[in-house]
Amino acid sequence: MTNAPVIEVHDLVKTFNGTTAVDHLGFTAARGEILGLLGPNGAGKTTAIQMLLGIIEPTSGTIRILGKDIARHRIAILSRINFSSAYVSLPQNLRVIDNLRIFAGIYGVANWREKAVELMRLFEIERFATRKTGQLSSGESTRLHLCKALLNDPELLLLDEPTASLDPDIADKVRKLLRRIQRERGITVLYTSHNMLEIEEICDRVIFLHHGRKMAEGSPREVIARFNEQTLEQVFIRIARDGELQSAEKKSDA
Amino acid sequence: MNLRRITALLLRYLLLYRQSWTRIMEIFFWPVMDLLVWGFLTAYLLKVGSNRVPALITFLIGSMIFWDLLYRAQQSVTISFLEDVWARNLLNIFVAPVTIAEFLTATFALGVIKVLVNGLILALLAWLLYSFNVFQLGFTLIPFVLSLMLMGWAMGMVTVALIMRWGHAAEALAWGIPFLIQPISAVFYPVSVLPSWLQAVAWTLPSTYVFEGMRQVLATGQAPWHMFWWSLGLNVVYLVAAGVFFEYMFRVVRRKGLLAKLGME
Ligand SMILES: Nc1ncnc2c1ncn2[C@@H]1O[C@H](COP(=O)(O)OP(=O)(O)OP(=O)(O)O)[C@@H](O)[C@H]1O
Ligand SMILES: [Mg+2]
Repeated sequence: MTNAPVIEVHDLVKTFNGTTAVDHLGFTAARGEILGLLGPNGAGKTTAIQMLLGIIEPTSGTIRILGKDIARHRIAILSRINFSSAYVSLPQNLRVIDNLRIFAGIYGVANWREKAVELMRLFEIERFATRKTGQLSSGESTRLHLCKALLNDPELLLLDEPTASLDPDIADKVRKLLRRIQRERGITVLYTSHNMLEIEEICDRVIFLHHGRKMAEGSPREVIARFNEQTLEQVFIRIARDGELQSAEKKSDA
Repeated sequence: MNLRRITALLLRYLLLYRQSWTRIMEIFFWPVMDLLVWGFLTAYLLKVGSNRVPALITFLIGSMIFWDLLYRAQQSVTISFLEDVWARNLLNIFVAPVTIAEFLTATFALGVIKVLVNGLILALLAWLLYSFNVFQLGFTLIPFVLSLMLMGWAMGMVTVALIMRWGHAAEALAWGIPFLIQPISAVFYPVSVLPSWLQAVAWTLPSTYVFEGMRQVLATGQAPWHMFWWSLGLNVVYLVAAGVFFEYMFRVVRRKGLLAKLGME
C-alpha cells in the first residue's frame, strides 16, 4: 500500500454549452478518509462525481484515482471503486439476490453468494433476498444498493446522496456502518449530502462548492470556526446565499 | 473482452425470464401472430385458387420468417439497452468495469439466443400448421440467417447510439429503424420490382442479398453463395461502421453528460 492520494483532482473544469458546472476544482483525498462534497443545488457535486467515474468527460483538467489517470485507465480504475446514489436503482423485476449475483459477476467477485449474504446481513436486508427488488421500500433498496457498492471491496466509494431516502434510524445505522467499514478496511469515501448534521458526524473533511468553485475546505470544525459560525448548516447557508464570501474571506485572511 | 463479465451481463437479461410469465409469453406471441396472419392469407389465396399460389406463399412465409429474425436481432440489442434505461440501471453498468464491446456482445448473445428460440418456434409452428418444413430446405439457409443477424446487430448498435444521444425522443426509432430498410431491401418481393435507381441502393444493403438468396434457395434448392458472401462482406463493413458510430456517440454523450440523464427526462 502506498501513501499516494486515492483521489487527485487538478484544475478540473466542466462546461455544458456555456454554463460552467465545475470551475477549476482541485482537491485530493487520502486513503481511509471520508470526504464530504457539499454545496447548494446545482453546485456541481454530481458533475464532479461523474467525472471521477469517467462517465462525464472533463472540459479540462486531470483526474487521477488510485494513482492512475481516469481518462486512460477507466476500466482498471472502475474495477477497484464503486458508486451508489439515490438516483440509480437496480432492475426492479429481478430478485434481490439475483441483482447481487449479477453485479458480483460483473465485478468478478469470487464467492458471490458468501459475499452477498455477508453484505445483506450487514445492511439488515437478508430477509428480502428472494423478494423482487421492486417490492422493497426506498430505504430497503437504498441499502441493497449499498450492498452492490461494496461487493467488490472497493478502495474508493463514491456516494452521491446515498441516504436521501432513509429514515433517521436507518440513516444513522448506515452512517455507523460506513464508518465501521471505512475503519476496518481503510476505504476512502467521497460523500455528498444535504444533511449537514450527517456530514458533521461522518466526514473527516469537507469541501464546499458553489457554482462549481471551491469555497471552503477543511475538517467540519475548522470550516465552522473559519466562518465564525456554530454549525455546518449555518456555513452552508452563508455560502449558498453569498457566493462572494470566498473573496471576503481571502481578504480577512490576509 | 472478458467472458466472465459478458456472462454476468447476459445473466441479467436471462434471469428476467425466470421471473416473468409475460416475458415468456412474449417469446411465443409474435411468431404465433405472424403465422396466424399468413396462415389465413394462405387459406384465402388457396380458396381463390391459382396454381402459382403455393410457390408465392412459400416465398411470403420464408420472407416473413427472415424478416422476423432480422427484426428480433435488432430488437434484442435495443430492448436490452432500453430495459436498463427504464430500470435506471444503466449507470450501474457504466460505472462498473464493463467495456462497450462487452456490453454489446452480451446483447448480441441475447439476440442469438432469442432468435434461436424464436426460429425454432416459428419453424415448428410453420411445420405443424402449414407443413412448411424449413429444414427440408437443408441447412443452406443457416449462413443466410447468421448474416441477417449480423445486420440486425449493426442496426441495433446504431439505434442504441441514437437513443443514448437523444433519449426519449429517439425511443420510437427503436421500433421503427428496421422498417426504414424494409421497402428497399426487397423483403417480400424481388429487387427487380424496384425502380432502377432504388435497385442500386438496395444492393448496398446486406439484407437484400439475404432475401434474394433466400428466395433462390426456395425456388431452386440451390444456394447462391455469392449472394451470401456479398451480404457477409457488407455486414462486416456495416458492423465496423456501427461500432465507430457507437464509440463516437458514446464520447459525445460523455462530453454532454447525458448518460446519467437517460430515462430521467
Ligand atoms: N448534462 C448536463 N447538461 C447541461 N447542464 C448540466 C448537465 N448536468 C448538470 N448541468 C448543470 O451543471 C450544474 C451542476 O449540476 P450538478 O448536477 O452537478 O449539481 P449538484 O451539485 O449535484 O446539485 P444537486 O444538489 O441539486 O444534486 C447545474 O447548473 C446543472 O444545471
Ligand atoms: Mg447532485
